[in-house]
Amino acid sequence: MRFVTEVWQLVRKEAVLEIRQKYALNGILLYVLSTVFVTYLAFDRIIQPSTWNALFWIIMLFAAVNAVSKSFVQESQGRHLYYFNLASPLSIITSKMIYNGLLMMMLGALNLFIFVLLMDHFVQHWTYFILNLMLGCVGLSGLLTMIAAISARTNNNFSLMAILSFPIVLPLLLTLIRASGAALETVWTPAPSLMLAIGLLSILPAALALLLYPYLWQD
Amino acid sequence: MNWKKHGWKVLPILLLIYAVVAGLTIRVPDLPIVEESIRNLFYHVGMWFAMMVMFVISFVYSLRHLRTFSRRDDIMAHEAASVGLLFGLLGIFTGMIWAKNTWGAYWVKDPQLIGAAVSILAYMAYFVLRSSLDEVHKRARIAAVYNIFAFVMLVVFIGILPRMAESSLHPSSTNDPGMTVKELDNTMRYVFYPAALGWILLGVWIIDLRVRWRKLRESLDDVNP
Repeated sequence: MRFVTEVWQLVRKEAVLEIRQKYALNGILLYVLSTVFVTYLAFDRIIQPSTWNALFWIIMLFAAVNAVSKSFVQESQGRHLYYFNLASPLSIITSKMIYNGLLMMMLGALNLFIFVLLMDHFVQHWTYFILNLMLGCVGLSGLLTMIAAISARTNNNFSLMAILSFPIVLPLLLTLIRASGAALETVWTPAPSLMLAIGLLSILPAALALLLYPYLWQD
Repeated sequence: MNWKKHGWKVLPILLLIYAVVAGLTIRVPDLPIVEESIRNLFYHVGMWFAMMVMFVISFVYSLRHLRTFSRRDDIMAHEAASVGLLFGLLGIFTGMIWAKNTWGAYWVKDPQLIGAAVSILAYMAYFVLRSSLDEVHKRARIAAVYNIFAFVMLVVFIGILPRMAESSLHPSSTNDPGMTVKELDNTMRYVFYPAALGWILLGVWIIDLRVRWRKLRESLDDVNP
């Protein structure tokens, strides 16, 4: 019970902080907006569904890495110490993952909205596509939060964030691209093994993060 | 020389001499396209096995480090990862030559190649992470956390990847990644298994040397920093 209240308070704290200092949130929203716009200008017209799909997920990945990399940096060393006196490391990492998951879903929604607005869409099965996107957001947030926690412990953390996360995020990303590609086809063939893979790849990073984070925070 | 302690090192030397001599001279099945290049199996697949064993060693020592926090476990994990990376690069190199001569290109979009490339990228990232941390104990712990995290994700990836792809150029990869052994001709087994064991033992030997060298250097640093 104490764990739940701690997590809830910490998620609320994140949200309140984000709303108070709007620049981070606005920055990342603007990032998505301008990236999609640049893509729109660079491509005359997207004809192939697979191109649309690949672009959508690549922009999603970069936006996600950008958004999550901020999540541990904003807090100074002293403030970290203060949190760890108040709450257990488990509730801290859980709250970060939940908050980043929500942020990711917001980014995904915005990304999709602008994509559809500017470049039309090829989605044939909306429920499946959105379900896949939401699962992807959960997986990305778990994985990237852990990598952000690792790279926040180093000095030059922004470049490290990308280097450390891309090889590990690739499995999840490839599976997501493949699954969302299936939602663009006129006839959707359910692929249970693919769904299982996405489920596994979304839950596994979060579980590993819970196991490993206690080793990470102490100095 | 202490034979009890160091005698096993004769084994990789003998095994690898055998692998080179027998590997180039025995009769191999005459398959279309592959033809004589099938001999590369002893080296390419053998190095691949060795790489995997090195990465498992690195993973185990990283786990141990988080239990014991000992310096030795960290050095072991680090050196095993670097030897694994060496075998991985050699495996990719030998595989590329083989691919050029049988499939017609140095690099193809094949699940096993993607898995290999991603593993190598992940371990390179591991070394970048290590070099960006100065403080010894902090570096050891954070690197161990990343190593465990990356290893588990990569194992899952390599496990599911071949099942996701429609087809693969690698033999029998749809159900058993990396295992070409099942289809091996019987005479080839007599060379393949010793060769794989030889590569693995050679890797262990290199780790052993590197760990001892690193320890010596550290004790020197302690004497005159």
